[in-house]
Amino acid sequence: MDFFIQQIAAGLTNGAIYACVALGLVMIYVSTDHINFAQGEMAMFATYLAWAMIDAGLPYWVAFGATLLIAFASGLFIQRVILKPLETAPVLALVVCFIALLSIFNALAGMIWSFTIKQFPSPFPRRDLFGNGLVSAQQLGVVAVTLVMLAALTVFFRYTTLGLAMRAAAQNATSARLMGVRVSWMLALGWGLASGIGSIAGMLVAPIVFLDPNMMTGILVYGFAGALVGGIGNPLGAVFGGFIVGVLENLVGSYIIGNELKLSFALVMVVGVLLLKPAGIFGRVIVKRV
Amino acid sequence: MAAMAHSWATKAGIGWVAAIFWVILAVLPLAGFVSDSPSFDYYLFMGQSMLIYAISVLGLNLLIGFNGQISLGHSAFFAIGAYAAAILMNFGGVPYWLTLPMAAVICFGAGFLFGFPALKLEGHYLALATFTLAIAVPQLLKYKAIAGWTGGVGGLLLDKPDPPFGIPLSADQWLYYLCLAVAMLLFWGVFNLLRGRSGRAIMAIRDHGMAAGTMGIDTGLYKTVTFGISAGITGVAGALSAITIAYVAPDSFTLQLSISFLVGLVVGGIASLPGCMIGGAFIVIVQNSSQSISDWMKDTFALRYDVPAWAIYGTLLLLLMFFLPNGIAGGLALLRARLGRGSAKS
Repeated sequence: MDFFIQQIAAGLTNGAIYACVALGLVMIYVSTDHINFAQGEMAMFATYLAWAMIDAGLPYWVAFGATLLIAFASGLFIQRVILKPLETAPVLALVVCFIALLSIFNALAGMIWSFTIKQFPSPFPRRDLFGNGLVSAQQLGVVAVTLVMLAALTVFFRYTTLGLAMRAAAQNATSARLMGVRVSWMLALGWGLASGIGSIAGMLVAPIVFLDPNMMTGILVYGFAGALVGGIGNPLGAVFGGFIVGVLENLVGSYIIGNELKLSFALVMVVGVLLLKPAGIFGRVIVKRV
Repeated sequence: MAAMAHSWATKAGIGWVAAIFWVILAVLPLAGFVSDSPSFDYYLFMGQSMLIYAISVLGLNLLIGFNGQISLGHSAFFAIGAYAAAILMNFGGVPYWLTLPMAAVICFGAGFLFGFPALKLEGHYLALATFTLAIAVPQLLKYKAIAGWTGGVGGLLLDKPDPPFGIPLSADQWLYYLCLAVAMLLFWGVFNLLRGRSGRAIMAIRDHGMAAGTMGIDTGLYKTVTFGISAGITGVAGALSAITIAYVAPDSFTLQLSISFLVGLVVGGIASLPGCMIGGAFIVIVQNSSQSISDWMKDTFALRYDVPAWAIYGTLLLLLMFFLPNGIAGGLALLRARLGRGSAKS
């Protein structure tokens, strides 16, 4: 039983990270309808920036904040410079661009910081919280950060004018433009937010899996699965889906198929959700107009 | 795009260019009899790799360029083809040449089956599902329960075949000709497929799926079968690579392999058959000269770091999407039109 609860706790921790990645994906999907394959590599690159700052002697939280800002700015920048000219391009061109970004960030990280794994500090102690070996402060911290982020985003989208403008731009670009919303900048803002959220996910996961240029590949797939399970257009759903995927992955991994096939499990989940319930649990079914 | 591919295919004169091109490819390895350069085998190996990549890109182009279904998971079918050949040769005692059609059939089946769920997915979602497939495959190949067949992490070693009937060629020369023959056969096959009624149906689905459906085309069947054929072709390339390298291992079939096919596709030209050859050659050239490209960039731009091949690939993909979305083949067609000689209307 203890083992079972341990697996659930570990699953929730992983799930929190998947939820962060999924949130980033949802941000971009909601604002632009694209699925960003470079989300994981962008997060990885941001985490390296944080590592470099901490390595240079900055305190953890200063590096954290600075990384968040840089990630936000570069997300904005990428949307403005690379994706804006392709706004009307076919899907293939966009997918190629995302794959290009993925390759570039991966190669750059390897080029600057080498492919050897690095340790990344955690702001939370690894101390056991209740003295029974079940939940550590580290695990609780990761989950708490994710929930705080979700709450902040919900407040932002529901109660601020900017959030309202972003939602309007995503739902009906033409009408939003007529109301004076600068739609194109709202999309860029979506990218900035996604990149910032991704950098948080990277900084949360790095203490657990160690820092290396390929650390986000698997996590991105779980993030995809989480976003799809919850409904890719819904932030709350994405977080919920992330937790579900984290727990399921751990349980299936330790009881049924073993750790070696975990990624295949993610594949099955992605394809399964896309086939059986493409809208996810919380998503709205979108009817295509011809 | 469709018009361009069509003009390529029907224009008189292009047939001659293609014929001369293939003859040159066939004559090249005979230079080995004249020169005794020790690096000659290496060039032959590069030639084999170019042909193998060209075949893979051909498979991918049939799916992406002509049918409009995006796949980032063709490394998986390449892997299935390679492992099918390796396992058949090592455990089934099947002669190497027979593994090629068998790999084609197996990969056709795999692609056809994956094509079913893919039917419901379009654009980004299909890319996402196949992306996941590409990432899951290396781990699947390492799975312990099948390690008896796949060799697990270590992979499988194979024997390099010698030329049959005592033909006076070296093993590498013979394998080059094998790759060339298979490539010619497959290019010819795809050319004919696209030229006929099925080809028009395949391209109609890309241009407007719903309209194609109302015209009486069974879009579901065509899409799954195209997925199967595409996977089959890439699978043959995988089998060829297993035979020529004489080794298969899980970590050669990562997402990066899929990305390099995509690079070949975009560089050569989307929906262009000659583009597949250009793309295949391009992948191998960049891979082999990435060190010198990196050195050159370091000197020219006074960089502190080595520039990895993937950064070059990525940058190039971005630049092409902006400036030459139809790749080198598209650029050449444009050039012909500009010069006013050809009448390429695209």
